[in-house]
Amino acid sequence: MSSGNVQNQTTFLNHVADRLGRERRTTVNPPSYFSFPHQKMGKEADISELAKVLKKQCLAIHTDVREATINNLREVIDQVFVEYEAITAAVWDDPRFHQFGLDSIVERPQVSVWGEEPGREANIQAAEQADVGITFSDYTLAESGTVVIMNGAGKGLSVSLLPTNYIAIIPLSTLVPRMTQATAAIHEQAEKGRRLPACINFISGPSNSADIELDLVVGVHGPVRACYILVDDLKKEKKNEHETN
Amino acid sequence: MAMKIGGRSFDKRAEQGVRDSYMRETVRTAQERLYTNKSQAEEELGDWEEWRSLSEKIRSHTVDNLDYYLERLSENVSKNGGHVYFAQTAAEANRYIQSIAERKEAKKVMKAKSMVTEEISMNEALEATGVEVIESDLGEYILQIDDHDPPSHIVAPALHKNKEQIKDTFSRRKGYQKTSKPEELTQFVRKKLRREFLEADIGITGCNFAVAESGSVALVTNEGNARLVTTIPKTHIAVMGMERVVPTWEELDILVSMLCRSAVGQKLTSYVTGLTGPKAQEDVDGPEEFHLVIVDNGRSNILGTPFQSALHCIRCAACINVCPVYRHIGGHAYGSIYPGPIGAVLSPLLEGYEDHQDLPYASSLCAACTDACPVKIPLHELLVEHRKVIAQEKKTTLGETFAMKGFGLVASSPRLFEMAAKTAPALLAPFTNKETIEKGPGPLKEWTAIRDFPGPKKERFRDWVKERNKGGAE
Repeated sequence: MSSGNVQNQTTFLNHVADRLGRERRTTVNPPSYFSFPHQKMGKEADISELAKVLKKQCLAIHTDVREATINNLREVIDQVFVEYEAITAAVWDDPRFHQFGLDSIVERPQVSVWGEEPGREANIQAAEQADVGITFSDYTLAESGTVVIMNGAGKGLSVSLLPTNYIAIIPLSTLVPRMTQATAAIHEQAEKGRRLPACINFISGPSNSADIELDLVVGVHGPVRACYILVDDLKKEKKNEHETN
Repeated sequence: MAMKIGGRSFDKRAEQGVRDSYMRETVRTAQERLYTNKSQAEEELGDWEEWRSLSEKIRSHTVDNLDYYLERLSENVSKNGGHVYFAQTAAEANRYIQSIAERKEAKKVMKAKSMVTEEISMNEALEATGVEVIESDLGEYILQIDDHDPPSHIVAPALHKNKEQIKDTFSRRKGYQKTSKPEELTQFVRKKLRREFLEADIGITGCNFAVAESGSVALVTNEGNARLVTTIPKTHIAVMGMERVVPTWEELDILVSMLCRSAVGQKLTSYVTGLTGPKAQEDVDGPEEFHLVIVDNGRSNILGTPFQSALHCIRCAACINVCPVYRHIGGHAYGSIYPGPIGAVLSPLLEGYEDHQDLPYASSLCAACTDACPVKIPLHELLVEHRKVIAQEKKTTLGETFAMKGFGLVASSPRLFEMAAKTAPALLAPFTNKETIEKGPGPLKEWTAIRDFPGPKKERFRDWVKERNKGGAE
């Protein structure tokens, strides 16, 4: 990746420093914060408590919630399809679909896998015409009912955006208390000098607007309905623990 | 649309606002709802004051070291393959954006809501070169098709309009045939704009926060339009006021939490989007080209002055939502795209006193704004600071200078007094019964009584609201 242009930087920043009454600063000591209220929130909560908080928040953000095990996840997704009167779908090209036993959904002719067709327009078109977009969640924020997704390559931005409905598959192992834990992980990447995904989405339910008389309308430019499917991917580990005990 | 809106004097605009009983009712309801939502959101967060202090610290640290963080930001954007343009003036910013449109042979630009692009009149600049600019935020779209009616609130720009008016505009301009139900109006816009999104050559957004450490731009939205604008078009231009930077993603967490709660009482808005553009080689969608335009346009003049904390603003509008003056005169009366207390502080700083000298007086100095501010900008004190400057710089009467010096910093300017005399009956309607107001010198006495109550900071504004509402119901 070649570097982009930066124009007028020196004059502009010299002027800023000048207005601040000092020379340009090339190093700054990180700010010393005296309190960390965000880090305390939900610190003690275990996964089941976080799931409870998440489910409660989903009521506030007009988001449907379903619960599934790895064994019945496919059926649960199909039930949501029926409920949403959905036939076509766009999904990420993501190994988790296979890991969670969803090959039979991905392979359906009405399901388009991101990046499968060559070309930007064809993929955007497919997502635009899909009844449902399905992605996994990378981090799930209990407090705000938020699915955090790291887009890139097979994980197209359009899948969670253009279809009429959106399904997020949420492995319980992705649950964290709030935005703090997700941004800490992203910060860690940035600190190591790694390039971040070109788009990181924090999605909390369907699109909405209150621009007309402050009346909330659900379904504006993004998905009209959203459903989170919580999948218990921790049971197996628990079983293993018992076995080793 | 430049910062200044409406041609007439402040008094005339205020008078028009006060007489517009429909607008006042809408604004009153909106303020109450937004205020209640914010209060709930504050409580859920635990120690709100602790969050406010932390946020204030983040903002002051960043603005104190603005040159350093802007340098890091621009270097990181560039490292990712994005382009950065530092624009001292609105004209420079517009010229750069025009040049991109020209190079891309762009016919259609899709825009997400952005105050700074309003401030620099970017739409007009692009339109002058023959580019079609479409506002995609529902509120902004409503205003755009209604002959570019100016926004009256920085978060809910079409707050002054009711659904009937919106329906009429849609029918007149876009052949809309359904009812005035917000759901139907919204569905209409969804369908209409979806096609436009797919055809747009360039997407332009503002920037709620830019993250220096990674060269990212964060957008805080609900409708999904900002996501469309940054997903489908092959070029994305983000325009940011130069102060909108945070050091790292960790500070972004705090400020986004505060912004969402303070603006609309949401824990997070439906979409918080972190863009580190342009897209990577292996990505299929997202912008192939990314430009960040960092705009000064008068901001640097605020640095190093007693007004510097005005640059800490995160544009949540919480101060607007509690302001008793905004409640009565509405957003347009301020004559600036930045209304309410923060507008009264910022507009004279960015555009000079000449056009905005009345604004520092459009306040009762009740300090509700200062109390509401999530980053603790002492708004009412800055308004007093403005009055001092104005008083010292000739633009005032002897009487006011006396009042300032003799009686401390109370809201007894002749200008406000004059306005009060004109508007008192309407202002007082919610508080008292009609008979009292119509008698003799009553209005001024009553107005003064209300204005002086409560004394700054002695009583919490929310208690005052509670008390006042009780009074209104009797």
